[in-house]
Amino acid sequence: MRRIYLDNAATTKTSKTVIKATLPYMEEIYGNPSSLHSAGQKAAEALANARNTVAAYLDASEREITFTSGGSEADNQAILSAAAIGVRKGKKHVVSTAFEHHAVLHTLEKLKKQGFEVTLLPVSENGLITAKQVENAIRPDTCLVTVMYANNEIGTIQPIAEIGAVCREKGVIFHTDAVQAVGHLPIDVQRENIDMLSLSAHKFHGPKGVGALYVRKGIPLTGLIEGGAQERGKRAGTENIPAIVGMAVALEEACKNRAKSSEKLKKLRDMLIDGLSKIPHSVLNGDREKRLPANVSFCFEGIEGESLLLLLDDKGICASSGSACTSGSLDPSHVLLAIGRVHDIAHGSLRLTLSEENTEEEIEYTIEAVKEVVAYLRGMSPIWRDLMNGKKEFIIK
Amino acid sequence: MALYSEKVMDHFRNPRNVGVIENADGVGEVGNAKCGDIMKIYLKIENDLIVDVKFETFGCGSAIASSSMATELIKGKPLSEALALTNKAVAEALDGLPNHKLHCSVLAEEAIKKAIQDYYEKNGIEYDETKFPDCENCSHCSSH
Repeated sequence: MRRIYLDNAATTKTSKTVIKATLPYMEEIYGNPSSLHSAGQKAAEALANARNTVAAYLDASEREITFTSGGSEADNQAILSAAAIGVRKGKKHVVSTAFEHHAVLHTLEKLKKQGFEVTLLPVSENGLITAKQVENAIRPDTCLVTVMYANNEIGTIQPIAEIGAVCREKGVIFHTDAVQAVGHLPIDVQRENIDMLSLSAHKFHGPKGVGALYVRKGIPLTGLIEGGAQERGKRAGTENIPAIVGMAVALEEACKNRAKSSEKLKKLRDMLIDGLSKIPHSVLNGDREKRLPANVSFCFEGIEGESLLLLLDDKGICASSGSACTSGSLDPSHVLLAIGRVHDIAHGSLRLTLSEENTEEEIEYTIEAVKEVVAYLRGMSPIWRDLMNGKKEFIIK
Repeated sequence: MALYSEKVMDHFRNPRNVGVIENADGVGEVGNAKCGDIMKIYLKIENDLIVDVKFETFGCGSAIASSSMATELIKGKPLSEALALTNKAVAEALDGLPNHKLHCSVLAEEAIKKAIQDYYEKNGIEYDETKFPDCENCSHCSSH
């Protein structure tokens, strides 16, 4: 059976160039970069080159890049480091948003238990926050502002440069979880006044289990893992050289193709949005313009997301949903709730995230498949019957 | 997908007894949209025998499969047997459900009981209230 992979926000296919580039670091240059012998030093050289590549992409310096196991670790380390600085200065307030990734939200929960106050900014219906909201939320005791670059479920891109300017003016550390943005959008930590940034390789066709944290010079990092002095003492553990090299190659490749790829993706994305919008009582989640080139997110009234995913999978389409049933809890996605979708509607969500490998023909097939499955599930839904009989009022007009 | 057994997937992909019975003798609806599951069972009853049963479900794969299996298990059976159907029996007939999906089989059991209760109510038949689910005061949805 054919497979149409539309879950690239979850993870991407590792690029062939990346796989090829990583193999020598397992077969030949397998030395430990901390070793003095030539086998180790060759690995150390690869590590330094990879660091330069990541730094160059962000317009940072190589000393400002720490390699991690991925986005979650980077988020944890960034937030806990800023909190440690806050504690030393007697500042225990953090500003964030209601629709951050759980790597951020759960770390903030941890801080709350340590006596921190956390302000989670509400998100507008189209999935955006404003720099003004951030400005108004900053207090004299605020030690950190953390706002995601682009949302992982609904793809909305936040006004990062404006928020960065506000934070710089107020003298507050600004962290952004850029896991969904890196490799897909141009990012410049100088121009955007970003102090800390998290990224993850497998979101841009790199290997899984590797990421990086950018931290502006002068901001001390707190280590989460005790051990050796790797990563200038900020992240113990032998460096995952094959993965780190793979991440750098993936980033280079993503940057080289970005303009062209972005144009193609936007075209496919808009085609998919237009097609799915024709399904009655459906709604696009997130702003139509300020969204990632590859993100499509919809809610369909009267159906539940997990059954939608299973039937799409039967048709060869890999997608995801913010429905409760896919998460193992009874609450649907906090992101959809944050943009004001009520539970009934949030359960019927579908996220389709594209890659450059997708074709127009696949998008056409997907539109038809979603239409068919939504109609089929509505046909057996008691809610849909009540809506059609006028016993209940449609929420999505 | 390895999440569900083959049986669950079969009943999910090819649900039995989907639909509505016009002028049903008993109708039972349980669950709510907030939790993400609603099950509605329609019964046609003759001489204490379930001669026909249909269901409508809004919910995940296991909710649809549980409804389908439950209707199969009570079709053509006397009311006493349908009332004795447990959620465990539904889950076992499906070759098991993942732990966090067991509530789907509970909904199926309760929807059937509610439909039979509705039949008793409509026909002025006396019954023991304690043997039926108290959906108004059920903490199922909030307890998770």
